[in-house]
Amino acid sequence: MELAEARAETEPRAVDRAALLAVDGVTLRFGGVTALQDVSFAVQAGAICGLIGPNGAGKTTLFNCISRLYDPHAGTIVFDGRRLARFARHEIAALGIARTFQNVALFATMTTRDNVRVGAHALARGGFLANALALPFAAREERRLTERAEALIEEFRLGRVADRPVGELPFALRKRVELARALAIEPKLLLLDEPAAGLNHEEVDGLADEIRAIRERRGVAILLVEHHMNLVMRVSDQVVALEFGRVIADGPPEAVRTDPEVARAYLGSAR
Amino acid sequence: MPGPRLTRAIATLAVFALAVAFPFLASGYHVYQGAQVLVLAIALLGLNLLTGFNGQISLGHGAFFAIGGYGAAILTAKLGVPYLLAVPLASLVCFAAGFLFGFPALRFGGLYLALATFALAVAAPQILAWKGFDAWTGGSSGVSLVKPHAPFALPLTTDQWLYFICLVSAALLYVAARNLVASRIGRALIALRDQPIAAETMGVNAALTKTICFGISALYAGVAGALSALAVGFVSPESFGLALSLSFLVGIVVGGLASLGGALFGALFIEFVPSLADQMSGNFGEGAKALPGAVYGVLLIVAMAVMPGGAAGAVRAIMRRTVGS
Repeated sequence: MELAEARAETEPRAVDRAALLAVDGVTLRFGGVTALQDVSFAVQAGAICGLIGPNGAGKTTLFNCISRLYDPHAGTIVFDGRRLARFARHEIAALGIARTFQNVALFATMTTRDNVRVGAHALARGGFLANALALPFAAREERRLTERAEALIEEFRLGRVADRPVGELPFALRKRVELARALAIEPKLLLLDEPAAGLNHEEVDGLADEIRAIRERRGVAILLVEHHMNLVMRVSDQVVALEFGRVIADGPPEAVRTDPEVARAYLGSAR
Repeated sequence: MPGPRLTRAIATLAVFALAVAFPFLASGYHVYQGAQVLVLAIALLGLNLLTGFNGQISLGHGAFFAIGGYGAAILTAKLGVPYLLAVPLASLVCFAAGFLFGFPALRFGGLYLALATFALAVAAPQILAWKGFDAWTGGSSGVSLVKPHAPFALPLTTDQWLYFICLVSAALLYVAARNLVASRIGRALIALRDQPIAAETMGVNAALTKTICFGISALYAGVAGALSALAVGFVSPESFGLALSLSFLVGIVVGGLASLGGALFGALFIEFVPSLADQMSGNFGEGAKALPGAVYGVLLIVAMAVMPGGAAGAVRAIMRRTVGS
C-alpha cells in the first residue's frame, strides 16, 4: 500500500511546458543503441533537480542534448520558452545555460582569471578588428568581463591562484574554478556533471552547502548529475531517475529514494 | 627590483630603440638583412597566432607570403599602384585567400589540416610558374619591381627607407597582435586550442573564429611577402617553395609557441642560422662542405635542447629566477 502511494507520486507525468526547462519526448540513438528513449521532465526556475541513474543510463547524454552537442532524433527541449534545436551550440550560453564537465574541461594553459573570463565570453561583442585596434568599446567590454571575473574569483576564494595556470592546480581547486567559470555568464540554468566525483568526504559536504548557496544567492536553477546519492538527496528539490535511457521516476527526493523501480535499477546494476 | 611588467616594457623599448638606431650604424647589406629579419618576424607573428595560440598547424604559409609578394609586384609594376597602397591591398587579398582556404580546410583537424596546407605549399611555386599566368606572373622568370626611394628628400638610402617601412609595419602589427591576444578573442583562440567543446559551450563560435584566425594569419604572411618583394625588388617562383613554409614553422618553435616577442628571435634564427651552418660545414674541411643541412639540423636540435620552450620560454625562465614569481 505504502509502495503504491510512492509509485503514484513519482509516476512520469505530462510535461509542464511553462517550466524553465521542459524536456519532452527526447529520443537519441547511437547506431543500434538507444541512449535516450522518450525522456520527459521539467525543471522549474530556481529549482535544484537531481538526475540519477546507474552508469550508462543516459545522464551525460541528456546534458549533451541540452548543450546542443548532440541532436536528438525525436522530441523537443524548450528552455525559457525557446526551442533549443533552433540554436547552434555556441548560442546556448547567451540564452542562459552554463555547464561543467564530468572530467573538468578547463583551459589548462590559461590562468584561473582567464578561464573565468572565457566563461563570460558571450557577454561581450567585440570581434577581431575591434580588439586588435583596442577600440574604446572593446576596452570597456574587457573591463566589464574582468570585473565580473574578479567578483567570482573572490566569491569562490580563488584569489591566491588567480594568476596561476589552472593545469597546475589540485583537482578540488580546479573543480571550483570550473564552477566559477560556469557562473560567469549569470546563467538561469546550471548543468553540473558529477561535481562530487574525485572529492573526499569533507569536500563533498562542502560542495552540498556550496550548491545550495549558489542557488540562494542567484536564484539559478540547477540540474545535477551525481552518483553520490546522499548529496543528491540533500540538495535536490526534485529528483529524476533514469535507467537505460528511460525515466523511471520523477518526484521529491524522499519519494524517489523509496521508489521500488529505482531500488530495483540500482540493485540490478550492482549485480 | 622592477616587476615583470616593467621589465618587459623596458626590454621592448630597448629593442625598439636598438632597431631604430641599427640602420645608421650598419652597412648597406646589413640594413637589407635587417629588413629581411623584420619581414620574417611579421610572418612569424601571424603564423604564431594561428599555430601557437589557436593550435592549427600550417605547413603552407609560404604560399600566402607568395601571394603577398606577387600581389605587391603585380600591383606596382604592372598596374602602377603606389607601393604604400599596394602592400595593404596585397595583404587584404591574402586575408581573403586565407579565409576562403580556411573555411573548408578547418573542417579537418590537426594533421589533416597540416596536409591540406602542405599541398598548398607544394602547389604554390608551380602555379606561379605556370604558362597560363605568364602575362601576370612572368612565368619562371618572375616579376621585377622598382625599389622605392625615400620621399621628401629624406637623407636615407633606399635600403634604410625600406628598413623603416618594415620596422613601422612590424611594430604596428606586433601591437595589434598583442591587443588581440590580450582580449576576449585571444582567450577564445587559446580556449579553442585547449578544450574546443568547452569553449563552444561558453559561446565561442568555433568555425568562424578559427576561419578568421586563419585569414588574419594569412594577412600577416601577405604583408611580409609584399614588403619582402619591395625590399628585394624581385619575385620569382623558386623563392616561395616548401622550404620557406617549413622555415616559418621552425621560426615560431625556436622563438617560442604562443609568444609574440619570440617572433624576432625566430626571425633572426631562420635568417642567419642557415648561412652560419654553411660556414661551419666549410670549416670542417672539404668533405663536410656538402653538409650544411646536417649542420643546420644539429644547430636546430641544440637550440631546442637548450631552450625547450623556445627563446620566449628561456627568457621567462630567467625572469622567474631573477625577478621571482
